[in-house]
Amino acid sequence: MPDTNSSAAAVLIPAIHIPPISVRRRVTNRVMTGVAVLTVVLVLLPLFAIFAYLVYKGIGSINLAFLTQTPKPVGESGGGMANAIVGSMVILGIASLLGVPLGIGAGIFLSEYGRNRYGDIVRFVSDVLNGVPSIVIGIVAYGLVVMRQKHFSALAGGVALAIMMVPTIARTTEQMLLLVPQAIREAAYGLGVSRWRTTLSITLRTATSGVITGVMLAFARVAGETAPLLFTAFGNQFWNWKTDQPTAALSLQIFTYAISPFDEWHRQAWAGALVLIILIVGAVAAVRIAVRHGTLSGA
Amino acid sequence: MGVGITVEHLNAFYGKTQALFDVNIIVAANRATALIGPSGCGKSTFIRCLNRMHETIPEARVEGKVRIGDLSVYNGTSATQLRRRVGMVFQKANPFPTMSIYDNVAAGLKLNGFRNRKQLDEIVEKSLESAALWDEVKDSLHKKSGASLSGGQQQRLCIARALAVQPEVLLMDEPCSALDPISTGKIEELIFQLKEQYTIVIVTHNMQQAARVAEFTGFFLLGKMIEFDKTEKIFTNPSDKRTEDYVTGRFG
Repeated sequence: MPDTNSSAAAVLIPAIHIPPISVRRRVTNRVMTGVAVLTVVLVLLPLFAIFAYLVYKGIGSINLAFLTQTPKPVGESGGGMANAIVGSMVILGIASLLGVPLGIGAGIFLSEYGRNRYGDIVRFVSDVLNGVPSIVIGIVAYGLVVMRQKHFSALAGGVALAIMMVPTIARTTEQMLLLVPQAIREAAYGLGVSRWRTTLSITLRTATSGVITGVMLAFARVAGETAPLLFTAFGNQFWNWKTDQPTAALSLQIFTYAISPFDEWHRQAWAGALVLIILIVGAVAAVRIAVRHGTLSGA
Repeated sequence: MGVGITVEHLNAFYGKTQALFDVNIIVAANRATALIGPSGCGKSTFIRCLNRMHETIPEARVEGKVRIGDLSVYNGTSATQLRRRVGMVFQKANPFPTMSIYDNVAAGLKLNGFRNRKQLDEIVEKSLESAALWDEVKDSLHKKSGASLSGGQQQRLCIARALAVQPEVLLMDEPCSALDPISTGKIEELIFQLKEQYTIVIVTHNMQQAARVAEFTGFFLLGKMIEFDKTEKIFTNPSDKRTEDYVTGRFG
């Protein structure tokens, strides 16, 4: 009975007139979409410009010698940054070993136990630490490690970079853990799982990909730092495998070569910068792929 | 086997707000007991006091006595020990999103240090069978995440997860409120079977559901237990006027 249907509908829903989409709305839609795309391009442009310029300037100087040899004395051509590449990896490894657990631990405290005044204090201090100039952090590491060891070392450089990593990791970890719904924690509590186990095996695991983003952000940021290494790792023209000895780092080598008066060194500085950026991109990509590999379908 | 629950003079608070007022109830072992009442009347708070979930909320506290079988809930028993014996199914299905179906069911045992692979396999299969989900997921136990299942399947997965730790009591907080009638039917059927092994306390907004699955029904209003009796009595001949008004749909 279509008649009763329509009259029933007429009673429930008052007749309203929805105007067709106007030309003005269509145009606004187009314009705003365009603006959004433009901003994306503007954000990405510097990145690609820098990378393209680095490739242009640096690729010519990257060869087997550059990747396998130590720097040659002034006046001799050739040589490379092999020791600095390895040194950077060692220093960043130490920094990650110290900074990542500490940062994630602080993030867990802030999210799971720090919804109070103590948490607010830690959050504030962490944000201030994030704003401290990197050279000042270098001085702190100098005081903490170099003064005690009586010489520069990879360890001191790692400590300086670790201090820089902690606030970024702590705050992103906190944010990512807070995004995990309370219902997930309750599900674990309901099974008789203790609080610390729930935090580690359920909450942190659920937030893994976000936490890793924070870790990689911090890693990428400190990987290019030069100032904190100036009087901690100090740099080295030769191979060094000991973490308690002055150690070369790509950023330091680039700095030294870039301010030198020699064209050859300038070219090598460009090459070093290119290698550094490739290493960072490679590390971030490798971690991302490793994480995705361990993820289930539909998760 | 299920065990009985005795609650005496239970008061529950959220900070300064009192949510439950002097609740007394005896829940029979191996029976389903339904709790009904309008939204905000304290049903969920009550059920969360039975496995000490209430106290996980900041500033929440409880007064009174609760005994589950031979366990004194608020006296000398740790919350984690208690919760292993009192399982819970929540209003919204909450599978662990990063875990496979298998790991979801095994989670309670694994996270409590149980490692025997063979026995785990067995328990996971049995729990999924008890939750009437085994046939639907047996081919993708390790491949699929718990979150990839449909809403009704997720809820049954959560039931299987609760059963895997072999509790004596199963608390269900509106387990069907987000499900379609078919899934609801499946879960109600399940409650019927589970009664043989567990004591079930179920909070529900659906009075037909209470009438269908429960032998006993309690009516809550404004944080007080107004009436507690055999389900039949509550729905056909309640003693309290307010219960009658509620079950006949005059308010709430």
